[in-house]
Amino acid sequence: MADTIAQPAHTGPDGEPTRRDFLLIATGAFGAIGVAALAWPFIHQMNPDASARALASTEVDVSSIEPGQSIKVFWRGKPVFIRYRTEKEVTEARAVSLEELKDTAARNANLGDNADASDANRAVAGREEWIIMVGVCTHFGCIPLGEQGDFGGWFCPCHGSHYDTAGRIRIGPAPENLAIPVFAFLDESTLRIG
Amino acid sequence: MSGPSSYNPQTGIEKWIDARLPLPRLMYDSFVSYPVPRNLNYTYTFGGILSVMLIAQILTGVVLAMHYTANAEMAFASTEHIMRNVNYGWLLRYMHGVGGSMFFLAVYIHLFRGLYYGSYKDPREILWILGVIIFLLMMATAFMGYVLPWGQMSFWAATVITSLFSAIPLIGDSVVTWLWGGFAVDDPTLNRFFSLHYLLPFMIFGVVVLHVWALHMTGQTNPTGVEVKSGQDTVPFTPYATIKDTFAMVVFFVVFAYFVFYQPNYLGHPDNYIEADPLVTPAHIVPEWYFLPYYAILRAVPSKLGGVVLMFGSILVLFLLPWLDTSKVKSAVYRPLYRQFFWILVAVCIVLGWLGSKPPEGGYVWAARFATAWYFFHFLILLPLLGLFETPTPRPASITESVLGEDGDTHPDAGAETQPAGAAASPQSKG
Ligand code: HEM
Ligand code: FES
Repeated sequence: MADTIAQPAHTGPDGEPTRRDFLLIATGAFGAIGVAALAWPFIHQMNPDASARALASTEVDVSSIEPGQSIKVFWRGKPVFIRYRTEKEVTEARAVSLEELKDTAARNANLGDNADASDANRAVAGREEWIIMVGVCTHFGCIPLGEQGDFGGWFCPCHGSHYDTAGRIRIGPAPENLAIPVFAFLDESTLRIG
Repeated sequence: MSGPSSYNPQTGIEKWIDARLPLPRLMYDSFVSYPVPRNLNYTYTFGGILSVMLIAQILTGVVLAMHYTANAEMAFASTEHIMRNVNYGWLLRYMHGVGGSMFFLAVYIHLFRGLYYGSYKDPREILWILGVIIFLLMMATAFMGYVLPWGQMSFWAATVITSLFSAIPLIGDSVVTWLWGGFAVDDPTLNRFFSLHYLLPFMIFGVVVLHVWALHMTGQTNPTGVEVKSGQDTVPFTPYATIKDTFAMVVFFVVFAYFVFYQPNYLGHPDNYIEADPLVTPAHIVPEWYFLPYYAILRAVPSKLGGVVLMFGSILVLFLLPWLDTSKVKSAVYRPLYRQFFWILVAVCIVLGWLGSKPPEGGYVWAARFATAWYFFHFLILLPLLGLFETPTPRPASITESVLGEDGDTHPDAGAETQPAGAAASPQSKG
């Protein structure tokens, strides 16, 4: 039966595409674009919503922190370490040459991407004893413990990453130095993170 | 293998339904008259056990969801509310939590049964692949379920596991933010995990239907690995498989009940009874026991991306298994070398699980590296080569012969004492 009905020709007399080919491809292309456009809201709804993005910055009073002390503040759902380093810690951090580092980038959001991981680029400019970092291990996100590990800096208990006193990864599976968030001192004692 | 339908509706109502929606016929052909090899042993009962466990998880889960609150402020308290206030809440929660563990126990036995008897080989490749998909969905479901009580282990498991995706080059960090719906694991993460934890089991159910469909196309393997050749090789599903499966389920549920009533928290971690604290990571994070081998692989590799790739690779390699194993002989019973390597693999997986529970230091890390290397060596190098070099031992000509001995066909009485049921019930008409 089927072969008694003429099949619509898919090519014209001289092998040219026909109007039917055009319609088929045009319909298919519109359909595909439509599906992609509709998929985006379903995907994008999972990204941080307006209320999460609104919490982007926080202000802290740091006037009571003495040398050798550190505090953890909560910023965007994660801890930020603010540490007033001891003289010994600063000396140790400065003594490290870039060749000894696993990650030679500063990872400092206040500097350009090309800054190297020298202690000067990691510490707070103008307050070199201070260091401010997101307290989230760059391996899988655990919170490292302060003044621990082989370098007297931070140690992540989850899979054993050791960071030095400038928060640079020295041994362990973490690939990057602890991230330094965007921050600014609004006055002597007020720090804004974010 | 499925053969023509032998369903024969007797009453008027049965005929009426059969002419409109032949669901009873499908059920009859799939679970009553369906022929199964007569020599199946108890390792073949775990498919049925898994189906019952899936139903059990869905039932207990749906009622838990009636009392649970998916909100970062309230989730932990609502779980305690289930434990203390809800009538029989403690029982339902323990059944669900222990049920997850029992589900994995069953799936691991089921999976290694497949490895031993070559269940993944021609013509059962799709059946096997559907099984691996179910396994992956189960892992996702269990992981997200574990996050729901919002204890310390919940929170930090969620953090570590979602951060695995940050290892993806270039887009990794955006993917993680997208998964979290924020800048850390928080309320949006918990909400979506609850939504997906509710959804995935029903998706698993759908894939299970496909899995059983594929099974009924090819029929089961059996301990000889010799395919069914005649009706004599099989017995009808009901009553033979039904009763054997039921017996195995009862035994399995005794173990399940022991844990629910006497050791409900033995398989869990005490830190999960501490409410999630985003500022403090527990000193020693471990996943649930059924994820420990993967965790060991993840930590064995000193590179972040490498660890993630090997961890996922350890499961993805199962997808390729039908083509990695070059031996035409299915059952390990007739493969003297493979049989030994099979048990070595079992041991390696158990050792990996043990290492996953240890801190990642010194000798443990090296042991995990060695075991990880062996795992991949087994699948990627050993299996392809073994099929080429191994000399299998002689296989029986048929299932019947293996059960009744060589003269089983000519003198059926000879085997009648050992296998009366099989001999009497062989559905000669089918096959
Ligand atoms: C494949 C099937 C399933 C598996 C493997 C599974 C696994 C789990 C696990 C391991 C937990 C954590 C239990 C604990 O720490 O005590 C959990 C919790 C939970 N699950 Fe499931 N689940 C499944 C199906 C379902 C379904 C279908 C629902 C609901 C519709 C559900 C609802 C819940 C709820 C509300 C919780 C939180 C309460 C609690 O922690 O006990 N689950 N699930
Ligand atoms: S999360 Fe810190 S070492 Fe893995």
